[in-house]
Amino acid sequence: MSPPGKPTAAAALEQSPAMDILLQTHEARLRRRKRMEWLVFFMFRSAVAVTALALLIILFFMAANGWRAVTWTFLTQAPRNAMTEGGILPCIVGTASLALGAMAVAFPIGIASAVYLNEYARPGKILRVIRIGINNLAGVPSVVFGLFGLAFFVIYCQFGVSILSGALTLGAMSLPVIIGTTEEALKAVPSTYREASLALGATKWQTIYRVVLPAALPGILTGGILGIGRAAGETAPIMFTAAVFFTPALPSSLFDKVMALPYHIYVLATAGTEIEATRPLQYGTALVLITLVLGLNLTAILYRSRLRNKAK
Amino acid sequence: MLSARNTREKTIRGLFFLIAFMSIFTLVLIFLFLVKEGVPIFEEVSIRDFVLGRYWYPTSEPPDFGIFPLILASLGVTVLAAAIAIPLGVMTAIYLAEIASRRFREIAKPAVELLASLPSVVIGFFGMVVVAPFLQETFNLATGLNLFNAALMLAFMSVPTICSISEDAIYSVPKELKEASLALGATRLETILRVILPASLSGISTAVILGMSRAIGETMVVLMVAGGAAMVPTSIFDPVRPLPASIAAEMAEAPFRGDHYHALFATGMVLFLFTFCFNLVADQVAHRYKQTGAATL
Repeated sequence: MSPPGKPTAAAALEQSPAMDILLQTHEARLRRRKRMEWLVFFMFRSAVAVTALALLIILFFMAANGWRAVTWTFLTQAPRNAMTEGGILPCIVGTASLALGAMAVAFPIGIASAVYLNEYARPGKILRVIRIGINNLAGVPSVVFGLFGLAFFVIYCQFGVSILSGALTLGAMSLPVIIGTTEEALKAVPSTYREASLALGATKWQTIYRVVLPAALPGILTGGILGIGRAAGETAPIMFTAAVFFTPALPSSLFDKVMALPYHIYVLATAGTEIEATRPLQYGTALVLITLVLGLNLTAILYRSRLRNKAK
Repeated sequence: MLSARNTREKTIRGLFFLIAFMSIFTLVLIFLFLVKEGVPIFEEVSIRDFVLGRYWYPTSEPPDFGIFPLILASLGVTVLAAAIAIPLGVMTAIYLAEIASRRFREIAKPAVELLASLPSVVIGFFGMVVVAPFLQETFNLATGLNLFNAALMLAFMSVPTICSISEDAIYSVPKELKEASLALGATRLETILRVILPASLSGISTAVILGMSRAIGETMVVLMVAGGAAMVPTSIFDPVRPLPASIAAEMAEAPFRGDHYHALFATGMVLFLFTFCFNLVADQVAHRYKQTGAATL
């Protein structure tokens, strides 16, 4: 405290014209900083708008050009007249059997892997190696999965170009998706559930089987839906392992070749002499595939957000 | 009875342990079978000529197996796609994590996931029938199927990857850091640029690497949209033939276990090694610089 009556340095500074200028420049700088902030935030907003716009434009184009082609006959008939007329029923059946087959492979293995990682494994080198393996499997390009399926399932295992080879290839590809979503579901189960079960004298496995897995089941199923959606939309893994341009009949065994929606789009759009004439069929098939894949994903997303809200 | 229970527990644990190794086992199988079917080509061409050879004429007589133009094409589309996707993805992530209202965030996040789930063949188809004619007319080109178009489509495929991983990283920055910065008088923008971004840099780097890895391995888009010419590109509007496109387009016609067939598997090996390295680096970055709390900064 300074004695009264004697002007302090601070008070002198406050009354000086220098302070005015200082305050003004400070305010000007603050305004500039705020303006800068507004400008950059505007850029961020535009980035979001561009991303959203891209999604909307793609969906709009496919819907606008495809909806007229998608009729009941289109969905329930086989192609006619060298693929220039008729429907896509064999493709729908083929894609469904490939995607479900892939889940039959990836679902049990994926869940078991996730149970090991989340319930049994202790942090350490082994866990780290397994995680690196899963991350790398998730990053293998789809066409490389196709090559692997060709070399291993089609040729080495002698399954031929068939639903079985295609489903196994897609299954290997979907494994990381299932493991990831299952792990998330297992992590969401409160540890008090496990402790209560163990305290009652249940073994680790009994706890997992009777307590943890049932509690995590909805989340795990969400992963399964996402997996089906992913497998249904892939083209490159089935190009050399399962899909063909045309089959005279619907598949009747696991060793049949099949037509599939994504491959159908690719072939109609790039090969053959009737590319322009079959344009409506291409849009129609693309629209069916989008509806299928986005529908599955939307179901999974909505279901998951409901689960999360309930957990809160 | 207790010991029987113990044995059963141990067996089950062992079983799960074995199954957990399936992913690694599959990864090793993939590599082994790529090598098995790919290596025979190196009896015809040296590794050096294969990787650095300027001419890819697998069906002419005598054939040329040089994948250098294909590698350049892959790197070209990936770098250009990254130049578009990184700013877009990271800015979207920052907006969603830091600026957007809770309600907007809850609608926008699923939208990003939907964009990620669009089948690649549909994006390729879109690039062919909508973007290609548009580019051809606007820039007066010989063909709209070219490096630029492919990069544009790939960018939109990698935006969701980059965005959702970066967003997680940004969102997990401890709140104290942000509050401390704001309390010192920094604006929200300054807080984002000087505090939040540096703190989440490792997560964002992981996101970028994984996004690029996805772009370089993506097949259907480059197969349908890149134009398919196996030449060293001189402009971004040249048609190109990236590695995955070459494999997917030619495998059906390559004679079984002929030189061309082996060369395509060897191309697959190169592609596999590219993405493998990308993923290992991403994993290292994510693991080593993991943000575990305010104290580790």
